[in-house]
Amino acid sequence: MAKLTIQDLKKIKEGASKEMSLRDEAGKVKVTVHMGTCGIAAGARDVMASLMEEMGETDRKDIRVVASGCMGMCSSEPNVTIEIEGEKPIIYQHIDRNKMRQVFKRHVLMGEVQTDFALAKM
Amino acid sequence: MKKVRTQLMLCGGTGCHSTGTPAVREALEKEIEQQGLSEEVQVVETGCNGFCAVGPVMLVQPDGIFYQKLDPKDIPYLVEEHFLKGRPVKKFFYKEPDSKETIPGMNDIPFFAHQQLRVMRNKGLIDPEVIDDYIARDGYFGAAKALQEMTPEQIVEEVKTSQIRGRGGAGFPTGIKWEFASKSPGDVKYVLCNADEGDPGAFMDRSILEADPHAVVEGMIIAARAINAHKGYIYARTEYPLAIRRLNIAITQAKEYGLLGKDILGTGFDFEIEIYEGAGAFVCGEETALMRSIEGKRGMPRPRPPFPAHKGLWEKPTILNNVETLANIPQIILNGGSWYASVGTETSKGTKVFALSGDIYNIGLLEVPMGISLRTVIYDIGGGIPKKKKFKAVQLGGPSGGCIPEQHLDTPVDYEEITKVGAIMGSGGMIVMDENTCMVDMARFFMDFIQDESCGKCTPCREGTRRLLQILEKICDGKGEPSDLESLDKLSAIIKDSALCGLGLTAPNPVLSTLRYFRDEYEAHIYEKRCPAKRCAALLKFEVDPELCTKCGACFRHCPTEAVIWKKKEIAVIDKEKCIKCMTCFEKCKFGSIF
Amino acid sequence: MSNKIHPQHPDITVDMWEKIDETIAANRSKPGSVITVLRECQNVVNYLPVELIDYISQGLNLSSSDVFGVASFYSLFSFEPKGRHLIKVCMGTACYVKGIKEAIDRTCNTYQIKEGGTSEDRRFSLEAVRCLGACGLAPVAVVDQDIYGSISSSNILEILERYE
Repeated sequence: MAKLTIQDLKKIKEGASKEMSLRDEAGKVKVTVHMGTCGIAAGARDVMASLMEEMGETDRKDIRVVASGCMGMCSSEPNVTIEIEGEKPIIYQHIDRNKMRQVFKRHVLMGEVQTDFALAKM
Repeated sequence: MKKVRTQLMLCGGTGCHSTGTPAVREALEKEIEQQGLSEEVQVVETGCNGFCAVGPVMLVQPDGIFYQKLDPKDIPYLVEEHFLKGRPVKKFFYKEPDSKETIPGMNDIPFFAHQQLRVMRNKGLIDPEVIDDYIARDGYFGAAKALQEMTPEQIVEEVKTSQIRGRGGAGFPTGIKWEFASKSPGDVKYVLCNADEGDPGAFMDRSILEADPHAVVEGMIIAARAINAHKGYIYARTEYPLAIRRLNIAITQAKEYGLLGKDILGTGFDFEIEIYEGAGAFVCGEETALMRSIEGKRGMPRPRPPFPAHKGLWEKPTILNNVETLANIPQIILNGGSWYASVGTETSKGTKVFALSGDIYNIGLLEVPMGISLRTVIYDIGGGIPKKKKFKAVQLGGPSGGCIPEQHLDTPVDYEEITKVGAIMGSGGMIVMDENTCMVDMARFFMDFIQDESCGKCTPCREGTRRLLQILEKICDGKGEPSDLESLDKLSAIIKDSALCGLGLTAPNPVLSTLRYFRDEYEAHIYEKRCPAKRCAALLKFEVDPELCTKCGACFRHCPTEAVIWKKKEIAVIDKEKCIKCMTCFEKCKFGSIF
Repeated sequence: MSNKIHPQHPDITVDMWEKIDETIAANRSKPGSVITVLRECQNVVNYLPVELIDYISQGLNLSSSDVFGVASFYSLFSFEPKGRHLIKVCMGTACYVKGIKEAIDRTCNTYQIKEGGTSEDRRFSLEAVRCLGACGLAPVAVVDQDIYGSISSSNILEILERYE
C-alpha cells in the first residue's frame, strides 16, 4: 500500500464519512416508507429498494431514510412521506419504483412537490 | 456507491461480548439475510458503549433508538418489527429504575444525557477495526496538523494552554511534562503509553483502547513530534486481550497507511510503536517501575530525581502518559488548547471519564465535564442505589484513594477538591457502596491488595502495609483492642511520610479515609464486637431472630452444609456444628433475621 | 537449532523444546525481552519448571538468578503445574463489594483448592486476579476463556460443573 499524503487522508475522510453519515443524527430531509403489513403487501419493499438505489447515487449527506409502520390508510399504500426541514410534510400514495425515483429526484433533491402523486398535505 | 438506510451499532466491548454479543450478531445477520434486508440494513460491531450493565446493547441509526439486554431468540421478531416494518420494540428499551417507564432514544436516557463526550466521542460510532471510520471522524488530522503546520514548541505550547493534567491519577500537567522532555538533550527519546490500568474498579482505558485505539496511536505520534522521539511503547495489561488485539490491528493499519514508520505523511518524521504486554504486577503502573519492566527487569520503582523526562527508559529522556490523556491530545491539537480549557474548573480543565460500579443502578462508563458534583454523577447519571438501600460511601482513586461519605457528595469533580475530602481523583474508578458494606472490611480489602502488590523495595511500604493489614484483620476477627486505632493512625502517618514511590505514599489512604468518616464502625468492631453492616463473619453469631423470621425456609433451601434446621411454619435454627459461616443464608434472607 | 542438548523433563516434549528454541532465537538479540520469552515459554509448557528457567537464562545469556528474579516478581508466572481448567476470580473492588468472597469460599470448600493453588486431581486451578475491568458484570469469574458475570455462591458450582 502506498503511503498516504495529507490529501489522501482528506479523500479517505470524504469517502468514509458518506458511509457513516447515518450515524450523525442531523438530517434535513426525512424520507419515510410506510412498511406495515399492508404496505409490504402493496409493494413497499420494491419502493424501498428503488429509494436506496437513488440514495446510492447522490452525494447528499443530509437525507435520512426511515421505515415506519402503517399509517392507517391501507387503501392508498404504498405510502411515502417526505419531510423537508421548514416545510410541511407531503404524503405520497400508490407509489411504485418509477414514482419513487421521480419523487426522489424532483422533490427530495430539487424541492418540487409532485402534486400528481400526493395524497394530502399534512 | 451503495448506501444502507439503517446501521445497527452493536456493542462489542468486553462486557457485552461476555453477555452475548457474538450470538446476537450471528442471529441479526442471519435474520437480516432471511428477510431480504442485507442491502438496506448493516450490522457494525463497535467498541465499548459504556453502558455495560444492561448488555448486550445496540444503537439503531439514524433512528437513535437504544436497545438493551438483547437475546438471540428475540432477534427475528425485532428485525421484522423494527427494521422491516419500522416499529421499534418496546421490550428492549431502557427502563427507568423507579417509574419503570421506557425510554427509546439513547440521548434521552439520563445515563447518556448528562455526559459530554470528548475522549469517548467515537464510542459506538465507529468500527474500531477499520481505520477509515476513524479518519472519517477527523482521525489523524490532528497528527497531520502537528507534523505539517506546527513546530514542536508550538505543540507543547498548545498542550500547556489546554491545561490538561495526567488522567492516570497524579494529575501532573501534561504540557509541562512534555516541555521538560523536549528540552532534555539527546538524540534518542521515548514516548510511552501507560495502558497498565491496575486500579480495581477502573476500566476506562480498556474501553478507550477497545472502542477507539487509533486515538491513542495518534496521540502518541503528536507526543513524539513534540519531544522528537522516534520510538514508542504501549505497556498494556495482559488481562485485556481484546484491547491488545485491537491495538495490534490499529498499529498494522496505521503502518500500511504510512501513518507510522518512516516519513509519516511525507513530512520526513519517523515514529514507530511497539506493544509491550505486562505480566501482572500492579506496581508497574508507577512510571519508573513500568520503565524497568520494559527493560525486562523486576518492575520496581526507583527514587526520583532524575525524572524520566531526563533519564527514563534505557536512561534516555522519556515521557509516559496514560491512555485517556493521550486520547485527548488529537482534539487539543485540532481544536486548540483554549477550546479544551473552556470546560472545567479553575484548576481542572476538560472532561474526565469515570467507571461507575458497585451498588448502583446504571453501571458503566461515563464522561462528564470537570466540576460536576458527585451527587449528580451518582443519582442523575447513575440512577441511585438499587433495592431501596441507603447510600453509604463512594470510593474514588483505587487503592490509593479514599471513601467519600454522604455529607460530601456535593463535592465537585476537581483534583484539589477531591483531595480535600480525603480521596484522590485517581484514574477514575468510582465504586458506590450501600449500607451493607462494612467500612473496616473495605479498608482491610484495600490493604490486602496493597500489601500483596507492594514490590518490597522500601521498608515503610513492605512492612508497614503488612502491619496495617494484620491490625485490620484482627479487628475484623473480633479481636481488636482500643490501642489498635492509635496504632493505625500512627503507622499510616509514618508510611505517608517515608515510602519511596507514589503507590507507597498513598497506601494508607483507604485506612485514613475510613477512620476519618467511619470511626464509629471501627469502634463498634472493637468495643462492642459487632459489625454494623453484618459483613464480618467472625462477628456474627449465626442465630435467627425469632421476631424477624417469617419461616419462609429460604436459608434452609440454600445452605450448602445442611446446617439449617427448618420445617414448614417453624422458625429456622442454625446448627453451629455444621455451619461453615459461608454467609449464604445472610444473602438469601430477605428479612435480615439472621444476626 | 534442533541439535541442541535439552535437559530432561517429564512435562516438556520434543515439540515443546523446539518451540522454546524458536522463541529464544527470535528474542535473544532484543534487549529486555526476557518477560516476553518467559510468557511464550509458559504458554507452551503451561508453567515454568526450574530446568526451563535455567535453559532460558543460558539461551538469553543472562544469569539464572536474574531470570528467576523476574519470573518470581510477576504474578503471571507460575512455577507449579496448573490444572486443566483455570478459574480466575476477580478481586477488584466492585466484585468485592458485590460479594465475590462468598463465591470464592464456596469454590475453595467444594474442590479443596486454595487461592493460587490447584486441586489434587489437577482439574481446577484457582487464581484471584486484580480487576478484570468488567465491573459492569460484577462479580466476575473467568474459566479458561469464558467470562461469567453476576456469579454468586449459589451459581458458581453449577458453572464449574460444566468443566471436566
